[in-house]
Amino acid sequence: MLLLTCPNCGIAAEETELGAGGEAHITRYGAGSSDDNFETYMFMRKNAKGVHFERWRHVNGCGKWFHAARCTMTLEVFGTYSAQTFEPPKDLIKKIKTKRPDWEGFVK
Amino acid sequence: MRRYSAFAIAREAARYHTGWERAWRSPEPKKEYDVIIVGAGGHGLATAFYLGKNYGITNVAIIEKGWLGGGNTGRNTTIIRSNYLQDPSAALYEKARSLYETMSQDLNYNVMFSPRGVIMLAQTEHEIRGYQRTAHANALQGVATQWIGPEKVKELCPIIELKGPRFPVLGGLWQPRGGTARHDAVAWGYARACSDMGMDIIQKCEVTGVTQANGQVTGIETSKGHIGCKKLGMVVAGHSSELANMAGFRLPMESVALQALVSEPIKPIMDVVIMANTVHGYLSQSDKGEMVIGGGTDAFNNYTQRGSFHHIEETVRALSETFPMISRLKMLRQWGGIVDVTGDRSPIIGKTPLGGCFINCGWGTGGFKAIPGSGWAFAETVAKGEPGELAAPFGMERFIEGRFIDESVAAGVAH
Repeated sequence: MLLLTCPNCGIAAEETELGAGGEAHITRYGAGSSDDNFETYMFMRKNAKGVHFERWRHVNGCGKWFHAARCTMTLEVFGTYSAQTFEPPKDLIKKIKTKRPDWEGFVK
Repeated sequence: MRRYSAFAIAREAARYHTGWERAWRSPEPKKEYDVIIVGAGGHGLATAFYLGKNYGITNVAIIEKGWLGGGNTGRNTTIIRSNYLQDPSAALYEKARSLYETMSQDLNYNVMFSPRGVIMLAQTEHEIRGYQRTAHANALQGVATQWIGPEKVKELCPIIELKGPRFPVLGGLWQPRGGTARHDAVAWGYARACSDMGMDIIQKCEVTGVTQANGQVTGIETSKGHIGCKKLGMVVAGHSSELANMAGFRLPMESVALQALVSEPIKPIMDVVIMANTVHGYLSQSDKGEMVIGGGTDAFNNYTQRGSFHHIEETVRALSETFPMISRLKMLRQWGGIVDVTGDRSPIIGKTPLGGCFINCGWGTGGFKAIPGSGWAFAETVAKGEPGELAAPFGMERFIEGRFIDESVAAGVAH
């Protein structure tokens, strides 16, 4: 069972309390954008094997969205952070780098 | 290849079974092949088989990271059906189902295809309407299914509880020629036939890169060195995104864990396959007597081949209302597989942005039933360089065109 700490309310929530929201930091394209951009936004996913940044919602809790960094190969959780950001916090990236020296780093 | 037959068994019995040969060779890779298929699961092997059988292309290597059939081919619940709503899906899955009917004869390998019938239970008013619609669609597509009432469901499956308080059985979509097959045997049978045609099956050989020149694929880098090829077919299920990365393109796909479990073996109690999509569970009895139970997928990206326990709990809790007798069964084994789920829950078969490189992936939670049809359609795509009639609707350009084959609505999770 995954345990994620919701940065909004501070509760260490079990997976059953949370809703998974897919890849984080996706650039959103709206009306008037090109077909390519819209396809990328709607469907194309990194689907990383390893470090993955993703959106979660504390559904059965405070109800708010947040972001998490997690390894999809080991299910290790590196940390959670606010959803009000365009990229992961620098200290979190540094922490992941020390744990996964081969990791290519955050690519938008 | 020595043929398997009743005579062969008698011959070997008379000489202490010393004459059986290995089912397939394990050669070292050559420098170059006409076609390399990455992934020796059911879909990859079926593709290689039909490349040889339908198009006479036999200078083929099938490269496998682990062991043959050790991925999702060996991890599914072996259900075969073709009661899909959309025309392209129904055509492809019905092609597969019809090939299963004669697969044992075609391969001279007993795949234990058992057309015992599949019922998809309707447990809400919405499902009644949904499945009646599917039954009408199937009638037009030439897929033999019919809508049946609860009495008929009870007749076909006496252990079912029709009047559960939360999930009453209101009827079902019945496909009498759906059923199950022995999943390992499907992979082994294809492997034996491919090897017999002179193809090289190379196991424990991981692909680490795709080499290209002028937009054309030239080969692959592997743990056993570089292997050249004129055409490359990627058939690697959950790891499709990884392989696509190596070839320099992205896929509209996410990998998640899907779980299944089996009970202790018991006497025969159920000779049909039942899928209960409202509660995300499906149930059948294997030839060994185990009750085989499939559950739902986890919602988060995952490459670990294990899923969350609460999903298993949910599935079993809901199923035990419809099948009260399973509440007394001990569960023996539980496992997970990594499935590649696309945006519209339908597979991708077709060309890729890299010349000479083709992909067959995205079978998500329901690939086993499609193995022969998928191989048939993908072999045509690889051999001709263009998808044929069966594969054409499944190209990945459908995501940019907005031309979805939207089965997530028709089939729900157990798909």
